[in-house]
Amino acid sequence: MPPAAAALDGRALAATSTPAGSPIRAAGILAALAIAAVAVPVVADDYWYNAILIPFLIMALAGLGLNLTMGFAGQASLGTGAFMAVGAYATYNLLLRVPVLPLPFSLLGGGLIAGLVGLVVGLPSLRIRGFYLVAPTLAAQFLIAWTFNQVGWFSNYATSSAISAPHLALLGRDLSSPAGRYALTLASVVVVTAVAWRLVRSRTGRDWRAVRDGETAAAIIGVPVSRAKLSAFFVGAAVSGVAGALWAFAYLGTVDARSFDLDRSFQAMFIIIVGGLGSLSGSFLGAAFIVLTPILLSHLSGTILGTGLDGGQIANLQRVVFGALIIGFLIKEPNGLAALLGSLVDRLRRLAHRPDPLGED
Amino acid sequence: MTRLARTMRIVALAALLGTGTVATAPAGDAARQYFPLPTFRVGAYASSGIPVWAGTIDYLRYINEVEGGINGVKLFWDECETEWAVEKGVECYERVKGGRDGSPVPLFLPHGDPVSKALTEKSVADKIPLVTTGYGRTEAIDGRVFPYSFTVLFSFWSEASSAINYIAEQVGGKDRLKGLKIATVYHDSPYGKETQIPLDLLAKTYGFENIQIAVPHPGNDQSAQWARIRQIKPDWVFLRGWGVMTPVAIKTAAKTGFPVDHIIGGIWSGSEEDVRPAGSVGKGYRAITPFPAGQDFEILKKIKAAIVDKGLSDLKDPKSFGSVYYNSGVIEAIIAVEAIRTAQGRFGRKPIDGAQGQWGLEHLVLDEPRLKALGAEGLVQPLRLSVKDHEGGGAGKVLQWDGTQWAAVSHGWVKSDRDLLLPRIYERAAAYAREKGITPRGEETAEAIAR
Repeated sequence: MPPAAAALDGRALAATSTPAGSPIRAAGILAALAIAAVAVPVVADDYWYNAILIPFLIMALAGLGLNLTMGFAGQASLGTGAFMAVGAYATYNLLLRVPVLPLPFSLLGGGLIAGLVGLVVGLPSLRIRGFYLVAPTLAAQFLIAWTFNQVGWFSNYATSSAISAPHLALLGRDLSSPAGRYALTLASVVVVTAVAWRLVRSRTGRDWRAVRDGETAAAIIGVPVSRAKLSAFFVGAAVSGVAGALWAFAYLGTVDARSFDLDRSFQAMFIIIVGGLGSLSGSFLGAAFIVLTPILLSHLSGTILGTGLDGGQIANLQRVVFGALIIGFLIKEPNGLAALLGSLVDRLRRLAHRPDPLGED
Repeated sequence: MTRLARTMRIVALAALLGTGTVATAPAGDAARQYFPLPTFRVGAYASSGIPVWAGTIDYLRYINEVEGGINGVKLFWDECETEWAVEKGVECYERVKGGRDGSPVPLFLPHGDPVSKALTEKSVADKIPLVTTGYGRTEAIDGRVFPYSFTVLFSFWSEASSAINYIAEQVGGKDRLKGLKIATVYHDSPYGKETQIPLDLLAKTYGFENIQIAVPHPGNDQSAQWARIRQIKPDWVFLRGWGVMTPVAIKTAAKTGFPVDHIIGGIWSGSEEDVRPAGSVGKGYRAITPFPAGQDFEILKKIKAAIVDKGLSDLKDPKSFGSVYYNSGVIEAIIAVEAIRTAQGRFGRKPIDGAQGQWGLEHLVLDEPRLKALGAEGLVQPLRLSVKDHEGGGAGKVLQWDGTQWAAVSHGWVKSDRDLLLPRIYERAAAYAREKGITPRGEETAEAIAR
C-alpha cells in the first residue's frame, strides 16, 4: 500500500470509530449478547418476541445494510425496501423450489441474490455522485415492487401476489414458535453483524471510507473507486436482503411487496441518520429509537391519559412527541445516537480514570 | 396484560404520583366481555377509520346502554392505534391478545388486508378468530384450511360475481351477458388483482368479453386508461379503486364522455368519501357493497335515539351518521355481537374466549326473522356460516349516487354465483394447505374439539 493511502486509511479509521479493542466496548457487546441469547428467552413472552424484539432486530439489520452502503461508503440509497423485497422473494422461491437446501442456506442465497440486484442498482453510482444517486435507487424501489406485483411466478401465482413462509425448521427443530423465530433472527443478526464488523475493518472497509471522505483523493492515491462503490452496494443490499427475508418469514409470516415500499426505505434511512452514519452500533440504537419509541409512547399515553380522551388526538399527540424527540436528539448530537452514547462512555471513562493523565488511548 | 404494559403502568404510576392526577382504570369485573379495537384515526386512511370505528363503538355502547350487554354480559373495550400499518397492527394484536381484566378476547377485527394476512397464522396459534368483512383472503372461506380467518359477508370473488349479476339484472338476464364488453378498471395492487381469476371464469361461463385495465397506485392521473376505454367502448365498467383513484376515475370518465351511470364501483369505491370529491359529475355513479348506506334501518333509528341524540356517540361529524363507512362499523359490530351471543348459547353467559368465538362464528345464523328482531333487516344480508363456509352470505346491494347521497337501486341483495365459485375457492385453499403443510380439519373434528 502506498504510504499516502495508509495515512488516509488511518485518518479515516480514526475519524469514524472509537477504539476497536476498548475493553468497555467489548464488555458491553458481550453483555448485550448474553442478555439477548440467555436472559431474554427466560423472561420474554409472545408480546416481547412478536411486537418488540423481532421487528427491532430486523430493522436494525436493514439499517446496518444501508449503513454499509451509505454510512461507510457514502453512496446514498433509497433502495433498502427493494433489496429487502428481493431478499424475501428470493428466499421464498429457494425454500419452495429447492427444498433440499437447509434454511440458513436459503437465507444466505436470498441475501446473495439481493446483493446481485444491489450491484446492478449500484451501477449508476459509477457516474452519479452524492444525492443525485438517490434517483436511480428510487427507480429500483418502484420497479422491483412493480415486478413482484406483476409477475406471478415470484409468488407462485398466489391470488394476491403475497408470499407466505413455508414451514420453518432447522435440523429437525421447529422454528415457527415466537421463541424459535426470535432465535433464528438473533442468530442471523449476530452472524451478519460479526461479518460486517470484520469487513469495515478490512481493506474493503478502508476503501469504502476513503471513497466516502474524498472520492477524487481516493482515486489519486490508488483506491479502486469503482470496485469500492459496487462492493458497498453488493454487501449493503445483501444484508438488507437477509433482513427482508427475516421480515417476511420470522416476523410477519405472510407479506406482499407493499411491506417493502418506499416508507420502509425511508424508515431504514431515518434509523441510520438518527442512530449514526458510519457506525455499526448506530444501526441498532437507531432501530431501537425509531421502532420502539412509538410503542413506548403508545403504552405511556394509554396509561397516563386513560381512555377518556379522543383516540385520534392521543395518536396525533404521540406523533408530535416522537417528532420532537427526533429533533431534540439531533440538535443535541447531529452525529446520531451512537456518537451521543460514545461521548457518554468517554465521560464515564474519564470520571473513572481521572488520575491517569494519559487516558485510555 | 402483557409484561410491557404492566411495566409501563408502573412507570406511569410513578410519574403520576408527582403530578397528583390519577388515571381512572375501569374497575375489574369478571363478568364483562373484553373487545379490543385496533382503530386507525391518524394516517392516510383516517378519513375512513374515524366513521368506521364510530359505528362499531356506537353499536357496542347501544348494546351496553339499552340491552344491558349481551345476555347481561356487558362489553368493554380499549383502542390501539394502528395507523393502518402492518407492524402497528401486529403490535396491537400482540398487546391485546391475552385479554384484559380477566376477560379473554372473543375475536379480532384486523381492519386491513395486509395486517389480516400477517395475522393469519398467528391467530391459529393463539386461537383468536379474525373477522374481515369485505376484504381479506378469499380462500379463507374454506374454514377447514383457515380455521381462524373469517371473510364474513362478501369476499372479493363474490364482489366480482355480484357485479356481473347486477349487470345481468340490468340487461334482462344472464343469457344477455353474451357479447357484452365489461371492462374492469382496477388498482394495480394485490387487492386490485384479486378479481381477475373469478372474472375470467365468469367471462368463460357467460360469454362476455373481460377487459382488464390497470391503474398504478395512487391513480391520480388516469387519462391513458380512460382514453383506452373510449377506444374499446365497453358496455359497463367495473371500478375497483382505492383511495384517490375512485374520484379521479369518475371525473376522468365524465371528461372522456363515458356515461358515469354505467360504472359500477366495488366495495372500496363505494363510500361517500369516494364520490363526493368528484363533484356534480358523480351523479348516477353506482357501487356494489355489503354495507348499504342510510339512516332508516330500524337499528340505526334506535342508535340515534339512545346514543347519538344523547351525546354518547363516538362520531365527531354528525353528517357521517348512516354513511357507508359508519354503517359498515355497525354491521361489523352486529356480526361480532351475534357471534358472541351464539357462543354464549353453547358455553354459558360469561366472557368467551377465542376458541369459543370461533364456534360462535361457525354456527352464526342471521336469517330474515333474526335480522328483523335485531332491526338490521336490509342493513345486514342473511348469513349462515359453517366450517366450510366462513363467508356465509356473498351478496351485495347496488347503490346509486344522486348527487348528495346514496340510494339502493338493486332488487334487494344481489347474490353471487357461489355454486360456480366455491369449488375453485376450495381448490385454491387446498393448494395453500399443500404448500404450507396444513392438514385440513374435518367438519366433525371441529365439532368434537368444541365439545
